[in-house]
Amino acid sequence: MTTAERIDMERATGTAERPAALAVPAARADGCPFDPAPGVERARREDPVTRATLWDGSSCWLVTRHQDVREVLGDPRFSADATRPGFPFLTAGAREIVGSNPIFIRQDDPDHARLRRMLTADFMVKKVEALRPEVQRIADELLDRMTDGRTSADLVAEFALPLPSLVICLLLGVPYEDHEFFQERSRILLSLRSAAEEVRTASDELQDYLIRLAESKRQRPDDGIVSRLVARGELDSTDIASMGRLLLVAGHETTANMTALSTLTLLRNPEQLARLRNDPSLIKGAVEELLRYLTIVHNGLPRIATEDVTLGGATIRAGEGVLCTINTANRDEDVFPGGDTLDVGRDARRHVAFGFGVHQCLGQPLARVELQIALETLLRRLPELRLDIPFEDVPFRHDMGIYGVHALPIAW
Amino acid sequence: MRVHIDQEKCCGAGSCVLSAPEVFDQREEDGIVVLLDAAPPAELHDAVHEAAAICPAAAISVEQVERV
Ligand code: HEM
Ligand code: SF4
Repeated sequence: MTTAERIDMERATGTAERPAALAVPAARADGCPFDPAPGVERARREDPVTRATLWDGSSCWLVTRHQDVREVLGDPRFSADATRPGFPFLTAGAREIVGSNPIFIRQDDPDHARLRRMLTADFMVKKVEALRPEVQRIADELLDRMTDGRTSADLVAEFALPLPSLVICLLLGVPYEDHEFFQERSRILLSLRSAAEEVRTASDELQDYLIRLAESKRQRPDDGIVSRLVARGELDSTDIASMGRLLLVAGHETTANMTALSTLTLLRNPEQLARLRNDPSLIKGAVEELLRYLTIVHNGLPRIATEDVTLGGATIRAGEGVLCTINTANRDEDVFPGGDTLDVGRDARRHVAFGFGVHQCLGQPLARVELQIALETLLRRLPELRLDIPFEDVPFRHDMGIYGVHALPIAW
Repeated sequence: MRVHIDQEKCCGAGSCVLSAPEVFDQREEDGIVVLLDAAPPAELHDAVHEAAAICPAAAISVEQVERV
């Protein structure tokens, strides 16, 4: 009997104690920093819709298979509205800031759609493809500086992080000089270890910063997204700041971590690296495969049921929280045979690393272009690229909502 | 094959355009899907099926049409 069936039976009979639920976020296995936590992987194999316990002792459903994850994320009966009682929060900080200045990633349609549609034109494929020369120029300049008279550096600090930060600043109209300010606030927002008050302060400071920025664009308009939202006249500065905050945080941390972690992954898979170097036309598919294999949004996407829904034999009741673990979904053998192996030649397009449903990543065309250019340029310009510390010493981001490495010392 | 799109459902992330650029495009003003070819030739059928499968918003549907 699966946990789901057992719980249904217990509910029906009103008996029995609760089964031991899996505590999430669960730890990865020692020595397997690229693989999802073993407990969650086991759930996918043996008990794909199961119960889990969160940090605050509350419990929620864990949905772990590709098909089920797509069903939940694509079904409007599962809400992303974090103000609903029972919403599953991954950290105290996330719970702390809910309600104040909502962002559309945690809102439902029609509000979500109304806000998202104000931005879709800026991130559509055509627009983003036109940015390629600019992104390439930034990548080359960063590498010029990094390699100037040196043979080693931290890839995160000098390339992986500044590249998407510069690009998102350019798009939003945020001055890049302020990067230390917003990168530090983003780090606090995304850390699983931050205290609730720290998260509250960081979020408020970012919000105030973006309100001031929106106000300044009223005086001196430019071509950036923030300024154009101001000119549209449909939103006040607070709402514009919330949008800007979401884009600023989501727009640099994610690509930065994918870039560094992908580089490390390729260095650890020399055959795959050689294939990619020998045939650069593989780069687009390789980026999809790395997105699948690494799934840096590694703790699951939270939703809450608004009606009773039957899923994988379990009945999820209205008001119960659900976490969709997209990292295990992306290892699902039914969709990705040999899914625990990196294969840059695989057709990985059905991955759910960007989520699924109406909240699927707005920035995905941009993330793809940035990752394709960053990795292609790095491999082409540094043929002797290697890790500059023992692999055991690489500081993985187990403590962060977005996985990756805190630093990546490399040499060439 | 006949392809249908639902612009109300579309959330504009553009996966369809990457899969089958001959069949799908995005509207200039808001990035919402537009159909370039509702009856694409056979060599594009796989790409269209893939686009329908990866569309996150179930905004693309494909109807098989009997050939006479
Ligand atoms: C490799 C890079 C990236 C990954 C893996 C990623 C992943 C994700 C995921 C999984 C979601 C869905 C969250 C949910 O459903 O709860 C999401 C949403 C979002 N992402 Fe990304 N993202 C990346 C890059 C970016 C970039 C570059 C931007 C730039 C602007 C961005 C902006 C957003 C926004 C605005 C949302 C909310 C969409 C909505 O709720 O409608 N992301 N992302
Ligand atoms: S893949 Fe679906 S949601 Fe995305 S642009 Fe195409 S039709 Fe719209």
